[in-house]
Amino acid sequence: MSSEIQDRFAAALIDRALPPPQGTSAWSGPRPERRSAVYRNDVASGLTGALATRFPAARRIVGGDFFTAMALAYAERHPPRSPLLLFYGDDFADFVATFEPARDLAYLPDVIRLEAARGHAYHAADAVPLEPGPIKPWTGETALVVRPRLLVDVLRLEPAEAAFLQALAGGATLGAAAEDASALRGFDLAAALVRLLQSGAFTAIRKDNTNGH
Amino acid sequence: MKASRLPRRAGVGFKPEHFAKIDARPQPLGFFEVHAENYMGAGGPPHARLARLREDYALSIHGVGLSIGAMQPLDGEHLTRLKTLCDRYEPESFSEHLAWSSHGEVFLNDLLPLPYTETTLARVAEHIDQVQETLKRQMLLENPATYLLFDESTIEETAFLAEVSRRTGCGLLLDVNNVFVAATNHRLDPAAYIDRFPLDRVRELHLGGHCDTVDDAGFPLLIDSHDTPVTDPVWALYETVLARTGPVATLVEWDNDIPAWPVLRAEAGAAQTLLDAALARRAA
Repeated sequence: MSSEIQDRFAAALIDRALPPPQGTSAWSGPRPERRSAVYRNDVASGLTGALATRFPAARRIVGGDFFTAMALAYAERHPPRSPLLLFYGDDFADFVATFEPARDLAYLPDVIRLEAARGHAYHAADAVPLEPGPIKPWTGETALVVRPRLLVDVLRLEPAEAAFLQALAGGATLGAAAEDASALRGFDLAAALVRLLQSGAFTAIRKDNTNGH
Repeated sequence: MKASRLPRRAGVGFKPEHFAKIDARPQPLGFFEVHAENYMGAGGPPHARLARLREDYALSIHGVGLSIGAMQPLDGEHLTRLKTLCDRYEPESFSEHLAWSSHGEVFLNDLLPLPYTETTLARVAEHIDQVQETLKRQMLLENPATYLLFDESTIEETAFLAEVSRRTGCGLLLDVNNVFVAATNHRLDPAAYIDRFPLDRVRELHLGGHCDTVDDAGFPLLIDSHDTPVTDPVWALYETVLARTGPVATLVEWDNDIPAWPVLRAEAGAAQTLLDAALARRAA
């Protein structure tokens, strides 16, 4: 029965210690280990390759061999659940945070999180950003990933700006978000609005109708 | 149901790294082919490039993740994504593989082989009916490159494909490199495979590179790697096919170790020369 052979075949792809699936053969001999290994290697290189494409900065930091070994360890425990490999590895950062050989690279999971966000921005639906005004200087530690048209951009946000933006993204009104952010050190509403507009993070302004105004 | 209708010319698999070169001037190509799954994001640069190409060229959308050969049901969400993509670009052709790639909830990301039996035949035909009904278009089914055989198989691959096509009305995509790879791996004559193939159902041909290794007993084991130029025996087999079919839309696939644009374009140019010769023979 064919579903059983597909069960055995899939098991042998995932568990590399298993022999070629029972019921398969080759003309040249009874134990087609190398033939079976072609499929196994295709699966492994396909999944590690998908992760390498999605996380190029992390790969450059640790080197190709280390990255492939780390990606394979991840793929064995967390194989994709969808044919959409564009978004495979959204929880790769959490795995890397617990991956013993990468323990010394405390920043690596955050690099991977940033690249994951970058990937989502790259493939996000197209929207036309609002026109920006003049820009002012800024510093900070929180990152904002935007894609105003076709180019992905990563900006650092000040803590108060990040809180302001997060409140807006959560559906707060401009007034409420500004009031909360003003309680944080160094918040300048005008400057924050200009900078966020400039980044292309906003696509529309909605009137608040909740009070019947 | 929309019939598959690619121009009977040479095309190439589109790679984003070639976009600037392609867009700089008109290319002497009949069509571009893309892997469906690379265009399933909502927007951004991939769609901007594809929409630009679509203005000037015919398009073939080639799926690599639908798992038509699995005994389990098709992934409805994935089929919906394919429909969205086909509705967005209205490609001249949609094709997929005689293979499976998902098992349970896990996507294995490879084109895995299936036994050829009455049971699998019925299942594959059922899946293709579902695809064609959903997409409202004829699909093409591609012959696989295989490395192993199944003891339980009772039907030859060529007969299996012919019967699937007869039952569902789907067209066939004959991958000439896959024929050469699989025939070598199973010590069969590739020309005899072509003799048995239902060539009247073929709407597209694929050409690509493979690499040479050996199996456990030291015999040739070819791997469908798409990382080299098309080899001489595959060009010869392609001419054998064209002599029988006349000109058919032909794709050059090069997915790994991707060469500079002129190299890939020259491969397509070589295929176009053979297509022109086939057309001249037809006219004579």
